[in-house]
Amino acid sequence: MIVIDGLSKHFGPFTAVDKISFSVARGEVLGFLGPNGAGKSTTMKMVTGFLAPSAGTARICGHDIVTSTLEAQRVIGYLPEGAPAYGDMTVRGFLKFIARVRRLSGTQADKAIDRSVEATELAEVLEQPIDTLSKGFRRRVGLAQAILHNPPVLIMDEPTDGLDPNQKFEVRKLIERMSADKAIVISTHILEEVDAICTRALIIDRGHIVADGTPAELMARSRYHNAVSLTLGGRTTAGTAEKLRALEGIESIEVSPRGEETTFTLFPARRGEGDTLLVDAVARLAREENWQVRALYGEAGRLDEVFRHLTRLDKNGKEAA
Amino acid sequence: MNELLAVFRRELGGYFSTPLAFIFIVIFLFTMGAFTFYLGAFYESDQADLTIFFNFHPWLYLFLIPAISMRLWAEERRSGSIELLLSLPVPLWAAVTGKFLAAWVFSGLALALTFPMWLTVNYLGDPDNGVILAGYLGSFFMAGGYLAIGSCLSAVTRNQVIAFVVSVAVSFLFTVSGLPIVIDFFSSWAPQQVLSTIASFSFLTHFNAIIRGVIDLRDIIYFVTLIGTWLIACGIVVDMKKAG
Repeated sequence: MIVIDGLSKHFGPFTAVDKISFSVARGEVLGFLGPNGAGKSTTMKMVTGFLAPSAGTARICGHDIVTSTLEAQRVIGYLPEGAPAYGDMTVRGFLKFIARVRRLSGTQADKAIDRSVEATELAEVLEQPIDTLSKGFRRRVGLAQAILHNPPVLIMDEPTDGLDPNQKFEVRKLIERMSADKAIVISTHILEEVDAICTRALIIDRGHIVADGTPAELMARSRYHNAVSLTLGGRTTAGTAEKLRALEGIESIEVSPRGEETTFTLFPARRGEGDTLLVDAVARLAREENWQVRALYGEAGRLDEVFRHLTRLDKNGKEAA
Repeated sequence: MNELLAVFRRELGGYFSTPLAFIFIVIFLFTMGAFTFYLGAFYESDQADLTIFFNFHPWLYLFLIPAISMRLWAEERRSGSIELLLSLPVPLWAAVTGKFLAAWVFSGLALALTFPMWLTVNYLGDPDNGVILAGYLGSFFMAGGYLAIGSCLSAVTRNQVIAFVVSVAVSFLFTVSGLPIVIDFFSSWAPQQVLSTIASFSFLTHFNAIIRGVIDLRDIIYFVTLIGTWLIACGIVVDMKKAG
């Protein structure tokens, strides 16, 4: 439903987004990741028609954002970065304005407003001017505005920024509920969020796509993928690490003591294989040695590590110092 | 059209949801009155018409109208709501016109509230109400001209103070382009045709013709064209900012 084709944006000599292409299908929740200044917001601004692309275009449900801007904008719900709104209006007044612009009127508009107010839990502040609301409420007003016309395409720039953990949870549930019949793009800094709600993650850095895949696929690129983490209590000696290292299929071990506990991270030689044999072997060894096991698990991989690795590569593909 | 109306209603509501509308109208009426009665010596003139009153309009508008227009776009840019507005399915012309019309209706309302002046002259004497109506009409169109200039210049910046100052300066040029202050600068070297063209840009020339009670179609066309041109310029400025 979203097809982005060679989208570029130059600001003078600076290239913010450099010929990126991807598409998002119905039912997908695409997590758009990248460091600050990587071009996430610029891309979203172009896709929603706020910025004109320097080259390339985006088609939203078949409507070209450059040549049929209004038709494309009608099928998009957009939460801009920072959730801007008209602060002097009440929440109700603001949503009514959005409904009018979206060509909803009468009972249709009332129903749409009720529905999105309920979904974003705004009922208690409906008559308050937006300027007087807390950051969390303002963000939810932005969300309510974006989903008001039940758009097939939803684009949200940091939808959970400024929300407390409960509100974040609610917003994620809301996105999950809506995801079945929509194409959704969210940008975020919160990597756990990607794992929690995104069906696909796309990492961009300096205007280029550096990774595209399911969260699981991205995590498989982590050094920690299929590694085994073992936390022992009590005193451990150098001998403990040696015994672990002696296990079959271990390539290397990292030891990180923390207070009374020590965590060993065991990296298998063949990381591609997702079997649990290594975990079993470690468990057996721990029983035989009578170690005080506090935690033992196989790691799926760490998204933050993949993210750091991919976005710190310099232009020649080498890792920056 | 729906979108234009939505923007218009939002914008007009925006004036009244803050003390801005109230403060503006009070100050507008107060200065209008003070200028007419004290500076203009309205009673002493012993004339049952509103010429003195209307004569002050260009000069008051010069400072008061940019105060209305400065927020039109600069405020949206500062608060970031422009991103919301321009990503909604609102045609650019509808956003530009909706905002302008809201400001124009608001200034028209302020102007209409000077009706006690009209009551006063009718109580004191027997004025030509047709001339007065023409004066109000001319004043309203002139306000539109100042607003269109201010609207365009407000789109250039995110800083309302800059928008205000630049609007006053440009409006000043348009107000006085028929007076010696501008003409003298050109008269020594420019041909007569250029001089009369420059002079014809003056708000004062056209407004003074109207308040004498002569509604010449050319004067109305002048203001309508001026408004149209500045609004188109405003649309171009907003569109150019989209290109980044």
